[in-house]
Amino acid sequence: MSEKILMKGNEALAEAAIRAGCRHFFGYPITPQSELAAYMAKRLPKMGGTYLQAESEVAAINMVYGASAAGVRVMTSSSSPGVSLKGEGISYMIGADLPGLIVNINRGGPGLGSIQPSQADYWMATRATGHGDGHVFVLAPSTVQEMADLARMAFDLGDRYRMPAMILADGLLGQMMEPVEMPDPINPADLPPKPWATTGTKGEREHNIVNSLSLVSQVLEDMVLERNERYQRIKEVEQIAQLEHTEDAELVVVAYGAASRIARSAVNAAREEGLKVGMIRPITLWPFPTKAIEDVCATAQAFLSVELSTGQMVDDVKLAVSGRRPVSFFGHSGGIVPTPAEVLVAIKKALAGEVFHILPFHSKLEAGD
Amino acid sequence: MTQEYRDLSEAKELSILLAGFGGQGILFAGKLVAYAGLLDGREVSWLPSYGPEMRGGTANCSVCLSDSPIGSPLVTDPDVLVAFNRPSYDSFIDKVKPGGLVLVDKSMIDVCPLRADIRFEGIEATRLAEDNELSGLGNVVAVGKLLQLTGFSTVPQVEIAIEKSVSAKHIDLLEFNKQALALGFAHQSEADCAR
Repeated sequence: MSEKILMKGNEALAEAAIRAGCRHFFGYPITPQSELAAYMAKRLPKMGGTYLQAESEVAAINMVYGASAAGVRVMTSSSSPGVSLKGEGISYMIGADLPGLIVNINRGGPGLGSIQPSQADYWMATRATGHGDGHVFVLAPSTVQEMADLARMAFDLGDRYRMPAMILADGLLGQMMEPVEMPDPINPADLPPKPWATTGTKGEREHNIVNSLSLVSQVLEDMVLERNERYQRIKEVEQIAQLEHTEDAELVVVAYGAASRIARSAVNAAREEGLKVGMIRPITLWPFPTKAIEDVCATAQAFLSVELSTGQMVDDVKLAVSGRRPVSFFGHSGGIVPTPAEVLVAIKKALAGEVFHILPFHSKLEAGD
Repeated sequence: MTQEYRDLSEAKELSILLAGFGGQGILFAGKLVAYAGLLDGREVSWLPSYGPEMRGGTANCSVCLSDSPIGSPLVTDPDVLVAFNRPSYDSFIDKVKPGGLVLVDKSMIDVCPLRADIRFEGIEATRLAEDNELSGLGNVVAVGKLLQLTGFSTVPQVEIAIEKSVSAKHIDLLEFNKQALALGFAHQSEADCAR
């Protein structure tokens, strides 16, 4: 470990990816992830790596597919509309059992939307990054330190389970600076070997094939079911969540990423008023930390999901709670970041026994026009 | 006269909003404050405005210094507002917490506050920098004054923060930055907005 330095989230993620042994980056520019690509453009060529600005997001993700098939650690980064474009390629990577890091610095949507912080890509990330029966790991950092730490974890998980991993962050985490302690660098040559990779047989083994096409239905079903077993194993052992003040909490707020920062301020303010409020912060969004939620169902009377969306993760909270407790929602969309004061109001409503799904509506209509 | 205001040097949490035109070095000034906090072993965050509001030529940045982990890094109601132009002053003056501090660059803003519940301080940061052959370093002069007023860190720590923050390309400006810091730190307040 080295001394703490002040770094932007986007840059910390990039540096940590390099230290995780990633030497290949393919991308296409989009705000608010640009510093990440710029950092890679500056660093990778000097280390014998590849930085390539592709002609499109579709091209970039297929370059990631190719490099991953060749056995190297590789990544791409983009923001919401760009990640939509990558969807097809991500599905092909899932179908070919290829690891690789995809970073989504989520912005306001749908469409071109805004460039402000948003969590409206939760469904896309956890449900349908691409077509077909498949998943990617989805990791949600909430600090600049975690932007760095989860980058390494994403590469490790992806390689271990042979599947893509996504870091789902937003403009707030990408643009802000915080102190960060960088992990020690790994030499790519010291990474575990990938016997499945297309590295050249050197006349010593059968050739490897990396492909997602399987025209015989029974063969395809077997492959899909094998992958599904892997998913079930991952759900058993790879869930990660941070619990704060949940031991005696009557109300448990569930929030991830930037929203968890706002929610923490509100939870701390509630605690100062003597209110029994805690927080579960999912770090893995897929697999969703259902166990943490199930565990606190024993003591918590109600849940409140706080998101920068119209309510997406709240679905997963409800699935985990499974009707045992009421689940409410508070959020902003479009790139608006809620204030801790607003969240505190929602916390008090939920503590008073109200069950709600609130989206503040700021238009002229509300003003009486 | 200042007893009625909070003693910010003892604050366990300090939220600062720095705002002005793009090109006035707002983000750099914020970075110096954040870096000094880091060197002091505190929790810090620095968040720039990067959205469409920047396209109008204004820039602002939120800096939080705290003894405990920082929740929201977005400062909406600051303890301290440092305003480098009139539009920024007008936008944020009503958001400053009661008992808080407003520091304005008086070379850019000719105003006396309507609020009596905040401490108001001015420094002609831009002009002072120019008069001392430190043109373009009004931002660092203001950081010096902010340091004097709030004690958010110490001069030696902010000097190290300058060393960490000035890029290799501008290494020749290192000493000028330190001079600008000293200039602001030594500045005597004038009570020109009579209360």
